[in-house]
Amino acid sequence: MLEVQRLNCGYARRTVLEDITFDLNPGELLCLLGPNGVGKTTLFKTLLGLLPPRSGEIRLDGRPTRHWSRREFARWVGYVPQAHTPPFPFQVEDVVAMGRTAHGSLFSGPGQEGRKVAAEALETLGISALAKASYTEISGGERQLVLIARALAQQPRILVMDEPTSNLDYGNQLKVMAHIRQIAHGRDMGIILTTHHPDHALLYASRVLTLDREKRYRVGDPATLISEDYLRRTYGVETEIHEIDRHDGRKTRICIPAGDTGKT
Amino acid sequence: MRLIGLGALLLMLVLVSFGIGRYPVSPDTVLAILAGKLFSIDPFWTPETEAVVMGIRLPRILAALLVGAALSVSGAAYQGLFRNPMVSPGILGVSAGASLGAALAILLGHGMPGIQGLAFAGGLAAVGATWAIGVTIGRQGDPVLVMVLAGIVIGTLFTALVSLVKFVADPYNTLPAITFWLMGSLASVDLPDLSIAALPILAGLAGLLAMSWTLNVLCFGDEEARALGLETGRLRFVVILCATLVSAAAVAIAGIIGLVGLIVPHLARMLVGPDHRVLLPVSTLLGAGFLLAVDDLARSLFEVEVPLGIVTSIIGAPFFLYLMNRSRKAWI
Repeated sequence: MLEVQRLNCGYARRTVLEDITFDLNPGELLCLLGPNGVGKTTLFKTLLGLLPPRSGEIRLDGRPTRHWSRREFARWVGYVPQAHTPPFPFQVEDVVAMGRTAHGSLFSGPGQEGRKVAAEALETLGISALAKASYTEISGGERQLVLIARALAQQPRILVMDEPTSNLDYGNQLKVMAHIRQIAHGRDMGIILTTHHPDHALLYASRVLTLDREKRYRVGDPATLISEDYLRRTYGVETEIHEIDRHDGRKTRICIPAGDTGKT
Repeated sequence: MRLIGLGALLLMLVLVSFGIGRYPVSPDTVLAILAGKLFSIDPFWTPETEAVVMGIRLPRILAALLVGAALSVSGAAYQGLFRNPMVSPGILGVSAGASLGAALAILLGHGMPGIQGLAFAGGLAAVGATWAIGVTIGRQGDPVLVMVLAGIVIGTLFTALVSLVKFVADPYNTLPAITFWLMGSLASVDLPDLSIAALPILAGLAGLLAMSWTLNVLCFGDEEARALGLETGRLRFVVILCATLVSAAAVAIAGIIGLVGLIVPHLARMLVGPDHRVLLPVSTLLGAGFLLAVDDLARSLFEVEVPLGIVTSIIGAPFFLYLMNRSRKAWI
């Protein structure tokens, strides 16, 4: 569905990431893991067409994305930015309806159909009660869910999410990740997201793209790529990765800090 | 519903405004004179009354409505486009450019049409320069921020040039004329001037109303708007073009009238929320009514008429502080 081939991305005078090749298939959740400043955001901007690639190619549905119009592209790829506060207190349902911009008329805005799709997106995420609330007055976790709902209202086949769990409390992190997993499986969407938690990748991702400090990358199975060695090289910390048995009998890997963490 | 209510209030204000002034006219006489233009009514009023209503008050009222609507709707559009509630129509240098055009025209001894023409051209030139800088330097990074900074620079430059024109102007004749124009007034407006200015104002207004949903999406910033499917560069150009036509034409006929384009959009947002599909029409009506009411005050408060720009600023400053205090929560 999405193919990235030998992509070099960066700015006018500076290459940030070199020679990246990977693909994304429907129903797949690809986690992008890497330290701050390594170029995850640059890669996202390039994938979304907000930054032109320095070389290499991004294909969507077999066609290079540079030939896609913004409107066409937005019907295929939805973007969930990090939650932020806009300057004006729009109603939540209007914010979500903005996801219909690429579908409806540019002049009249979302019509009946658009409103319906937006309402369904709110319902999917269990936040229909917020429809009339002001987007600037809800909590950070709720705002993140609203932005996901907006991207769902786009009815895309791919979702690109920039650190959807940053700035969220523990409970909201788990809720948001559960929704994301559900969306990937239930709607057969391909999802790419960045995270700072190796555990999120181990728990939810079907594949992982790991970047280390030298900007070397690997794509593959989370259980193989997220190793104690990778975390040491990338973050300079000692960790232990354990396989544990869950209550339902399945096995899961988790990552904990190594060394002396005993209580003092 | 609210639009109809506002429209009705505005009509009443217009009717009252016809009667206000050194030469009072009762509302039924006003109505009869206006109706007499369409139907044949035996005049029960004097020719002097008709001259006052049709020749003096009508152009003035139309000008107040048009200028107030223009400044407010362009202020609302700019505030959305630049995602900043503190922005006014002058943000990209339109007022400074128009001032320079008008000052030059007065210096060169032009009459009213020349002053208005050069003011309009100056406003467009200033915004054009700001736009060109914004597009050239802002290609990498945040184009909106670069454009605001460019607007500040261009505004400062044009204001300096206005000072230069004033410096070389004849202090007994031209200098007072320039200073008076810069204070903002509707006193010298006549119907032919108005019909020329109405064209860009109405065209720009229609354009902005058509762009209102797009403005909602643009409020979320360039990257998000593009990810939602908008060609932001092109659309931003259209919004700026429309808002500039509207505000440059308003400044050209009325001079510098401060704070209207800042206050009225705030007031409208407090009443109906930030959705531009409602906000822009409400700003238009409120702005028209606000400037008409203030102009009524300007020409009736004292023996001598006070320039309108002074009155709007004196009334506007405390009013804006009040709004700031009330709507604080909405934009922090």
